[in-house]
Formats: sequence, structure tokens, C-alpha cells
Amino acid sequence: MSAAASPLALRFEPGRIIAWLLLFGGGLLMVTPLAFMFATSLKDSSEIYDLAFFPAHPTFDNYLTVLSDGRFLRWFLNSFGIATVVTLSNVFFDSLVGYTLAKFQFRGRYLVFIAILSTLMIPTEMLVIPWYVMAKNFGWLDSYWGIMFPGMMTAFGTFLMKQFFETVPNDFLEAARIDGLNEFAIFWRIALPLVTPALSALAIFTFLSNWTAFIWPLIVTTSKELYTLPVGLTSFAVESQVQWELIMTGAALATLPTLTVFLLLQRYIVRGVVLAGLKG
Amino acid sequence: MAAIELQGLVKRYGKTQVVHGIDLTIEDGEFVVFVGPSGCGKSTTLRMIAGLEEIDGGTISIGGRAVNRLEPKERNIAMVFQNYAIYPHMSVAENIGFGLYTAKLDKAEKRRRVEETGRILGLEALLERKPSALSGGQRQRVAIGRAMVRDPAAFLFDEPLSNLDAQLRAQMRLEIKRLHQRLGRTIVFVTHDQVEAMTLADRIVVMRDGRILQVGAPMELYEKPADVFTARFIGSPTMNILPARATTAAGATTLALGEQPLALPTAMGTVPADLLVGVRPQQLRVLANGEASDLVLSGKAAVIEPLGSETFVHVEHGGGLILASAPAKAPPAVGEIVRLGAPASALTLFDAASERAL
Repeated sequence: MSAAASPLALRFEPGRIIAWLLLFGGGLLMVTPLAFMFATSLKDSSEIYDLAFFPAHPTFDNYLTVLSDGRFLRWFLNSFGIATVVTLSNVFFDSLVGYTLAKFQFRGRYLVFIAILSTLMIPTEMLVIPWYVMAKNFGWLDSYWGIMFPGMMTAFGTFLMKQFFETVPNDFLEAARIDGLNEFAIFWRIALPLVTPALSALAIFTFLSNWTAFIWPLIVTTSKELYTLPVGLTSFAVESQVQWELIMTGAALATLPTLTVFLLLQRYIVRGVVLAGLKG
Repeated sequence: MAAIELQGLVKRYGKTQVVHGIDLTIEDGEFVVFVGPSGCGKSTTLRMIAGLEEIDGGTISIGGRAVNRLEPKERNIAMVFQNYAIYPHMSVAENIGFGLYTAKLDKAEKRRRVEETGRILGLEALLERKPSALSGGQRQRVAIGRAMVRDPAAFLFDEPLSNLDAQLRAQMRLEIKRLHQRLGRTIVFVTHDQVEAMTLADRIVVMRDGRILQVGAPMELYEKPADVFTARFIGSPTMNILPARATTAAGATTLALGEQPLALPTAMGTVPADLLVGVRPQQLRVLANGEASDLVLSGKAAVIEPLGSETFVHVEHGGGLILASAPAKAPPAVGEIVRLGAPASALTLFDAASERAL
């Protein structure tokens, strides 16, 4: 057996070592702020400006303080509820529109698709004012619906689902048509289960982006009971002083669902990123 | 009663007409195969019968009822697709049972029918499996099962064996033929494989460029092709087509082809001067030394193809290759000059200009 073919030799290939070092460095760079956040959440307020990584006297008092504050639980549930509803809405409506654009021939189909796609080029910051005016005129300011309505359907989700439905062979749909299904049943019972990986990716990305949404919920809400978690956490900073230990504790708690989703659905996230050609 | 009648059937895609006014009657219980090269309109015609394509002209009747405006589900037909179209997220039993989606039957009856269908198709041990755990032949059986379970008036098959290997294709051909004999339902089967057409059909419909060239029983098409295209398309290996010239003198017409003039029967009447002569490789034999025949050609053996029961010999003749047969155990050698012969009765004459049979 040649040296190059031996597993041991492969392990010490210079290129491989450099790649590992780069990946390790990149990973460290990403994990450090997260680890620092968790470490800070275990510090006493007197230690906050001491930049030591590990707390001198680790304590869970911050967690007790945050969790015993009823507002935190409220914001947590607000974020969870809003992210869930928006995700379900996206999964359903983006799929429905994507399916229609992919599988039905009708006049103006291409124009509709281009119109939807073109909205991807408009940054959120530019949309915030028209959204606000719209919410004000419809009386949606400072309401859950006001927070959710801009994200109930997205151009990205529609585009993603259209691309995936185009890969579903028409024979499946035609076989179902001959079997007697109506058009909605064909979508629901045949087409949708065939694009589960894309649906999972869309659901995960939508949930995570809504869980961390900040600008629009901050603008549209004034009542603290309606705050989402990222908006609520800022209230620890704007009162008499910046309570970093509480902000870090709240942020640590806020990352738990994200971490859980990632750990549980890691397989789908990776597949989704690959399928969608996205950055995670 | 499920006779299928096509009258003046027309299909256009934009300004391009792809089916040009087809007229055809498929009798109840008949097994009809549409055959032709890619793009000849055979699948489009089948899809119009199924209701999956809009009709731009003409009428389709199934069982005496015009179905032009009926949805596929209202036509009481079942279709088997080239890539099986069995749903990957459902088990075999669910796939077969899906054919009963609209049937007003209770669960127990549906289950009984699914199991019965599974038993007929030899799938009873696989009912709980997912399609991904099945072989190509098993998947095709599931697709047939989904069609069968509904007990439709007619089955439509769209190149269902194209994705199978040669051995499995032969096996499935047999199974489909037995299924037709057992069920006695009308079957319309589309293929580009003339072997499938010959072995399965009660009648073959040969199509080209959106038109029907010839309709007939397999042996009728094999022995009396209506034109050069059908002659070359039906039968394997392909029929030899040789240019020849006819001359008439003193009321007798002779054909100048090969080593000796060939007298044409007087019953043929006047024939054009330029002809094409078709002769099947199985009927064009390598002659023994001194053996006589009506048509005699000669040339150098270029390639020998032993098939076991017989041997095919590619012979250089007239600037091209012609195919002849030789005894399996005494084939000529490559490079040997051979004489080939065929009886006059084995020849099919075509008008060189129109390529229609005389």
C-alpha cells in the first residue's frame, strides 16, 4: 500500500491541516460571542465590566430575576406565537402560490412571478414606512396582526417553493387528476408531501427570522405586553442603566429555542441550506 | 361497453398543428397499440383520450358518450405512465388504494379490493412497503394495480415499459398481455418499440407527423405495409429497401434488380418506372452454390451477427449494406463474396416517388 493511500498519511496532508485550522478558527470566532453571552449571564452585576471570560462567582440569580419577571415570559410567548403563526402562514401560502406559478399555465403568469420576485430587491428599511402607513390606516398599529401582516407571505418563500414544485414530475399530478382528486387535493395530498425538504427549509428559516425580528416589531408596537423577545430585551437597556447581565441572560434564554430547533432539525437545516443555496 | 371513437381529432400547440384530424375506432375489449417515432403525436393522442390535453378539433367518444368536455376523472379510464407516477410518500397499499379515492366504498371493501389487486399482481407481500424499496418491475406493477383497482372502462398505457431493462420489459409485456386476456378491457398502449407493438396488439396504429399511416393487425402490417416508413418501422431487423427500375415490353413488366431480370405478375398492371423493392432480412437468404432464386443479389460479406437460431449477414451491395440471413451453423466468412436470394412472393414494391406500396 502506498503512503498516500494510507488513512494515517491522509490525516496529515498539509492541505487538510490548513483547512482544519481555518475551520477551527472560524468556528471559534462564531462560538466565542455565544460562549461569552452564556458566561456573562452567570456573572454578578459587579463583575460585568471585569472582562474575565469565566465568572469569579457563578450564579443563576440573573435567570431567577429574568424568569420571575412576568414580562419576559410574555415576550417569549409573543415571539413564539408570532413566529409560529407566520411560519404556518408562509408554509401554506408561499407553497400555494409557488405551486400555482410552477404548475398552471395562465396569461400573465410570468409577469406575476417577476412582480413577486422584484419585491426581493426592496430592502426592509424601505418597506417599513409604507407598512406603517398601511397599519395606521387599517387600525393595525400596536396589535399582533400589525406585527405579523408584512411577513404572512414572502417573495423568497414563493420563489423557493416555485423552484421546488417545478422539479415535481407532472405525471404525479396527472395521475392524481385521473384518480379523481380536485386541484386543491392534488396540491395538498400529492404535491406538498413531495417537496417536504423544501417545506422544512422554508419553515425553519421563517421561524428563525421571525424569532429574531426586531425593527418592525419595535416600530409597530407601543404596549410592552405586545413586545417580542428581542424588543423586550432592549427595555433592560433603556431604563435607568444598562443591565448587561440581564440582557445576556435574556439573550441566552432567547437562543434556547433556536438551539433546540437547530439540534432537532439539524439534518433538515443542512439539507435546506444545500437545496436553497442559501447562507444559513 | 367501452369502445373509443376518435373523429377528426386535432391538436395544436400555438400555431403548430401536431395532430391532423385523426379518425379511428377502437372496439370494446380491443388491445390497440399506437406506435411511431418520437414526436409523431401518439402520446398527445393518448393524453387527449385521457382528458389531460385540450382538444382543438374533432370528437372523442368513450362507450358511445362524447367526452370532449369531461374531466379525466369523469371519463372512467385509468392511465399508467412511463415513469410509473406512484406516489413516493405512500405505501404500496396506499398507492393502489388511491385509485379508489373517489369510489363510494367502505374501508373494508377498499381494503379487500387492494388486497385482491395485490394478489393478482403478485404484490401481496409488498403492500406495506414504500415505492423506494421496490424494483422497477414491482413499481410498474403497483402503477398497473392502481389503474386496475378502479375497474375502469379502458386502460391507457403511455410507454410504460420504457424505463425497464430488456429482460424485465419482456416479462412485463407478457404480464400486460395476460392481464388483458383476464380482464378483457379496452387497452390503448403507446410505444415507440415495434416489438412491443407486434407482441401485444390486436391492432397496431402506425403514426407519423401527427397522422395515421396504417391501421391493422400485426401480421397484416408486417406482410402488407402501406408505405416505406411502415415497412421499415415494423419488423426487426429493418426491411431492406432497394431501388429498382421497371421496364415494360410486349405487355410484360420486368424489374431490373440484381443478377437477373424479374418478371412482375401481370395482375399488378401498370407500375411506375422508378420503384423501391422491400425484402425482409429473414426472407433474403444466403444461397448455396448453384442455388437458384427469383431475386438474386451478390456482394461481399462485411459483418456477421450470429444470434444462435440464425445468423445475420451484412452484405455490401450498391454502395450500401443490405441484411440477409444465413443458416446458424454454416455462416459465410467475413470478406467472402456471397449470393443472396429471395422468392418473388417475399418482395414488396413501392412507388419511389410517393413511397406508397403498390
